Amino acid sequence: MSKESMKLITFHVQRYSPEKDQKPYLQKFTVPSKHGMTILDGLLYIKENIDSSLSFRTSCCMGICGSCAMIINDYPHLACHTQIEEFHTDTLTVKPLPNMPIIKDLVPDLQPLFERHKSVKPYIIRHDDRDEMEQPTVEFSQKPEELDSFLQFTYCIKCGICIAACPTSASTKEFLGPQALAQAYRYCADCRDGGQDQRLAVVGKDHGVWHCHFAAACSEACPKGVDPAMAIQLLKRKLVSKVVGGKANPPSPLIPIPVDTKPKVKAPDFTVKQK
Amino acid sequence: MAEIRHRKNSLGITGWAWAGKYKLERYLYLLHRLTGLGLMLFAMMHLTATTVFRIQGQEIWTATMDLLHNLWFKVGEFLVVTAFVFHALNGLRLVLQELGFALGKPVPPIYPYQDAIRKKRPLTIAMIVLIILLVIVFFYDFNVGGW
Repeated sequence: MSKESMKLITFHVQRYSPEKDQKPYLQKFTVPSKHGMTILDGLLYIKENIDSSLSFRTSCCMGICGSCAMIINDYPHLACHTQIEEFHTDTLTVKPLPNMPIIKDLVPDLQPLFERHKSVKPYIIRHDDRDEMEQPTVEFSQKPEELDSFLQFTYCIKCGICIAACPTSASTKEFLGPQALAQAYRYCADCRDGGQDQRLAVVGKDHGVWHCHFAAACSEACPKGVDPAMAIQLLKRKLVSKVVGGKANPPSPLIPIPVDTKPKVKAPDFTVKQK
Repeated sequence: MAEIRHRKNSLGITGWAWAGKYKLERYLYLLHRLTGLGLMLFAMMHLTATTVFRIQGQEIWTATMDLLHNLWFKVGEFLVVTAFVFHALNGLRLVLQELGFALGKPVPPIYPYQDAIRKKRPLTIAMIVLIILLVIVFFYDFNVGGW
């Protein structure tokens, strides 16, 4: 890359060290940017070349792990998934995700998110055969169309962007939040699951699903297209259905693991000559 | 060793009162809350005027009505009607969608992602057009009645 195609970008990064700062402040850094460079690349440049004390989370650098969610120019993004050029400006402001405490600089405390996630029992619950849950010998039946009814909601990477975008999470810290509620629906909608009543008891309480007022900002900001707002509304429908006497479908039956299956499609020929 | 406390970072009331770079539905949420608060304020004022002042006799009631018969209160009444129309129709949309209607079905997230509420945006736009039409009708009615 030639020097001509480089552009200087000013990063205003929010800094806060609990050991020495009374309150957060913005610090200015100048970063040489080139075509294709992400916000995360810019932060890594600052850490490696200007100020090694800058703290932020990062891991996969490919929008899978959800570590690097932060507020970039007043909107939540994954830093690794967002290119500097997208903003069409020379000045960027980077802050930690709101609605969760700051540990240091751009590092939010995700513990409340994980606690709420755990509270909705995000796993398959079966009552018919507990041994089968621990030592599986058979399969739980599920048709492709049954999988499609919740597949979208399984893509959550727990980055916390939906909570940062949610206006209810902003003003009510006890609110379960879009992440946990969407995951509650994801398991309630899974035909293999039999724990719907347990989850509805959790999300139907105060600060549960009825605290969502459908601003849909969570779905708009979600970097993985999970659509938590839709999952939450479908969860409300399940709650209403239960109140008016609707009953949950029984969990899908156990079926023996097929032993004599044959591939329906012939394996492709080798593209490299075999010796 | 001194305990290190994490810094609170909740947006608080600005989190719902400032829609910033979010799109249409986030602004509708804000407007729904504001119109709701406005209608509640109007209801309280209205109840006060028609109970407290009324039971104090004809003279006070007439004086109150004379005070209220001016352009500013007429404009206020028009805003109340506008807020009512918006709150009622947007509320109807919210009731329908919060019960899982007019949302479509979950689909695998294939980039570029489009969530349910944005797929159903034509419904929202139709609702906004209806609100605007009704507000124009009421504006005409106010004009005919005289400000």
